[in-house]
Amino acid sequence: MNVLVCVKQIPDPNVPGKLDPQSKRLVREGVDAVLDPGDEHAVEAGLQIVEKVGGEVTIISMGPPGAMEAIRRALAMGGHRGILITDPGLENSDALSTARAIAAAIKGQTHDLIICGTESTDGSSGAVPAQLAELLGLPLLSFAKKLEVTDGKAQIERQTDDGYDVVEAPLPAVVTVTGGINEARYPALRGIMQAKNKEVKQVGLRDMGLDGQAGKAALTEEVVEIKPAEARKAGEVVEDKGEGAKRVADYLAELKVI
Amino acid sequence: MAGIWVFAETVDGTPAPVVLELLTKARSLGETTAIALGPGASKSVATLGNYGATKVYVHEDPAFRDVLATPAVELLAGLIEKDQPDLVIFGMTYDGRDVASRLSARLGTALIANASDVVRKDAGWAVVTPVFGGSLLVTTVPRAKAPTLVLIRPKAVAAEPAASPSAPQVETLTDPVETGRPVARVLRREKEKASGPKLEDAAIIVSGGRGLGAPENFKMLDELAAELGAAVGASRAVVDAGWKPYSFQIGQTGKTVKPAVYIALGISGAMQHTVGMKGAKTIIAINKDPEAPIFKLADLGVIGDVHKIVPQLIQEVRSRKGK
Repeated sequence: MNVLVCVKQIPDPNVPGKLDPQSKRLVREGVDAVLDPGDEHAVEAGLQIVEKVGGEVTIISMGPPGAMEAIRRALAMGGHRGILITDPGLENSDALSTARAIAAAIKGQTHDLIICGTESTDGSSGAVPAQLAELLGLPLLSFAKKLEVTDGKAQIERQTDDGYDVVEAPLPAVVTVTGGINEARYPALRGIMQAKNKEVKQVGLRDMGLDGQAGKAALTEEVVEIKPAEARKAGEVVEDKGEGAKRVADYLAELKVI
Repeated sequence: MAGIWVFAETVDGTPAPVVLELLTKARSLGETTAIALGPGASKSVATLGNYGATKVYVHEDPAFRDVLATPAVELLAGLIEKDQPDLVIFGMTYDGRDVASRLSARLGTALIANASDVVRKDAGWAVVTPVFGGSLLVTTVPRAKAPTLVLIRPKAVAAEPAASPSAPQVETLTDPVETGRPVARVLRREKEKASGPKLEDAAIIVSGGRGLGAPENFKMLDELAAELGAAVGASRAVVDAGWKPYSFQIGQTGKTVKPAVYIALGISGAMQHTVGMKGAKTIIAINKDPEAPIFKLADLGVIGDVHKIVPQLIQEVRSRKGK
């Protein structure tokens, strides 16, 4: 089983994000870049499958050269090899450009399963996996909180508003996983050492034959303004010294809830 | 003027609540067409008309219900080529996101997700998207050929029936649906039990986070909710840990709620949670971490131990109600 896992490097989500009003881009200076925690579950899902049925997990990411760190982290978890799509022309890519680049980078290779996180923790649009599925002509099993692969088929439990649907597709297929699907393993020291020697192929726009069809040259949208939202008025914060519950009850009474 | 389209998700002929919100927005922008797909879709026509659709495309093939995204994408791609709408609006729902994303790749058009508003700008559109838990508003304009595809978050627009609706023109389609290629097929649907008011409609919500420490501690939330007539919600950390089913989840990947009162217990206030609840009229938070970002949103914040305060609060509420 050949599994491809798509990952993204993002600014540490535990540090409140800022946008630069001039460049309209994320302020990355001074913020550690990490493997998106949502993607760790995608890597874990891929590893569990090949541990069960055999095969290899390839990690793919698009980003600046530093995104290699995110790939190494996924390799340290147990991924077998990596592909880093990096090119100055891909800076500021929108979702469709990203999907096109990933599709082009894996052209000619066969993957039985492509696993992605449901959405990135920083951008949250969640568009790339479905766009990738469409470009590759594959079925998409989205929002999986459980994934099983047997007999050339993948079956998932797909999160819904009031429960879940059991959904099935023949392989090859694209799957997006939620954080609830597994507990992602922590890379062991041995894994971290081994990851340094694993093969990571770097590809750019020219290698992929995508000149002019992705990145800046093919933006479908442009950010024209960023402004602070009307902030909620910060209210009163009190420390509980035994009266906290009473204070809340008083407030609920004020609001006529009780 | 080719107009505005709304992808009208229906369940057994009833439009999803977000569809009425989308129609309210769409009709303020121009002549509105709704696309209603799946068994029973024709039953939704009157409601879609009441909220501003002047035309409705209906196709009742079961494939739209039983196969994820691809049948809708095939049909929409064909209809868009024929009618050339300017803008197609989807709800940011499980299915809406899959369909809109695939369609954007098919057509090579702009897709703007997570939007809270769309307005006319010059000859085109400007789409407003809240980012970083809603603290910043980003305005994006499409730079690709029409139509622009926009995914609007549930509860971003208040649904209102049109002032003077007319019966929409209905075009019923019966063309065979393309499902020949490999597809993702729904085998069965499982509903998880829920009691009390629905999260989406509740006036009061009591919501719990990882700070509750263990799944059994949700019992005290259930008790407090019962006393207040509230619905119970949860953060992503809690549903990912399996303490509560996903149907309880509030936030980016879960539900968006706008209750009169939101009581956050042991919830730190991560961005992906606050985007789903910051529209609450009043927010009360109890958390032991004084640095928790939830306190920046809360009208009343109590720094303290939920395990101590919540049982006291239940007693306090009971005794006051007894009076």
